[in-house]
Amino acid sequence: MTYRTHADLGGQPGHGPVQPEPEGALWHAAWEPHALALTLAMGATGSWNIDQSRAARETQPDYARLDYYRLWLAALQQLMAERGLVGADELAAGHALRPPAPVPRVLAAADVAAALAKGSPTERSATTAARFAVGDRVRTRHDIPPHHTRLPGYARGRRGVVERVHGPHVFADANAQGLAAPPQWLYGVAFDSAELWGDQAQSGLTVAIDAWESYLDTDAPLGEAA
Amino acid sequence: MSHDHVHDDDGHSHLDEMDLRVRALETVLTEKGYIDPAALARLIDTYQTQIGPRNGARVVARAWADPAYADWLQRDASAAIAALGYSGRQGEHMVAVFNTPERHNLVVCTLCSCYPWPVLGLPPTWYKSAPYRARAVKDPRGVLADFGITLPDTTTVRVWDSTAEVRYLVIPQRPAGSAGLDEAALADLVTRDSMIGTGLPKSPAA
Repeated sequence: MTYRTHADLGGQPGHGPVQPEPEGALWHAAWEPHALALTLAMGATGSWNIDQSRAARETQPDYARLDYYRLWLAALQQLMAERGLVGADELAAGHALRPPAPVPRVLAAADVAAALAKGSPTERSATTAARFAVGDRVRTRHDIPPHHTRLPGYARGRRGVVERVHGPHVFADANAQGLAAPPQWLYGVAFDSAELWGDQAQSGLTVAIDAWESYLDTDAPLGEAA
Repeated sequence: MSHDHVHDDDGHSHLDEMDLRVRALETVLTEKGYIDPAALARLIDTYQTQIGPRNGARVVARAWADPAYADWLQRDASAAIAALGYSGRQGEHMVAVFNTPERHNLVVCTLCSCYPWPVLGLPPTWYKSAPYRARAVKDPRGVLADFGITLPDTTTVRVWDSTAEVRYLVIPQRPAGSAGLDEAALADLVTRDSMIGTGLPKSPAA
């Protein structure tokens, strides 16, 4: 089946101006804090990981129409249905119609503070030596993989410079597919705006992304490029 | 769960469709034993009262007041921020980026809505919305104009697209006229937007 993300928005024209909002405006409807809490609590059951969650959100067919928490809810319902945790019929009924399926854990109120303070670090011990070092010229992969990935479209097939070596991290592409895969070195890579946007580039602009090692190849120094 | 009612023009009242949907979800998940309703209340309270941009403002104020802390923040932001008590979910791996007269930093997540929750709380709607995510990496000066900010032509712009689990916190420049202010007063000058890069700190006179 074709994988199609609707979330890769960087550089896309036609979305209009940004609408700033005051610092205190946390919620825009009474149900939103509950949608947040339900999503976090179900995430804490360990039934899926954050990359599976991102994949479920970015592939919602009506992504562009949904606001943030509606998108979260649509993805949450899909993730639960796929795992046999909750069916659409039960949500329509407003009650459980079948016994629960097992989940790895349940987040208790007393554990909320500790769970949030701990988070889910993705840095891992190194299993390989880092292929790139700060200052290396690299070119990003050009192909579009048929699964969740974190290399934005605007930065595909582009030449940049490694600025930071973040360490080995859980590889999002594999994690989103539920695959056990070794961690990959993660790098901060900076691009000149002209490399990304050509004639439309704003002068004095550079853009940095964080890229896993397999997103990158060695590039000839810019001065020697054909 | 909210029991807010929406009143139609004809005087009938009904629960909002989304309220009903989320309430049904909460009921089913509770009946199945997947969630503890008390944990939901705790989660909501945490993000309403404890985890928000005032945390980040205290980090920035400390960096302004204490050069040794600023240096630590530059070298190891995760540890320096954790030392003030802020760590964890969506801020496990932090990088602090410092504005200077020569360079202005702006943070975005073009692929979703990655944001440093322990120091800034929940992201504002615009941060999660298409206009910001689409334009920040291509037209940051135009985005800044939407926020009423014009940078000098001599200031370069660096945009950080949060494409992995590293989260970025902008340390704005300390405003002129803030000498002699204590950390609490300095923190009051730090706005949420100034720590994303879409704003500047308040001036002490304002």
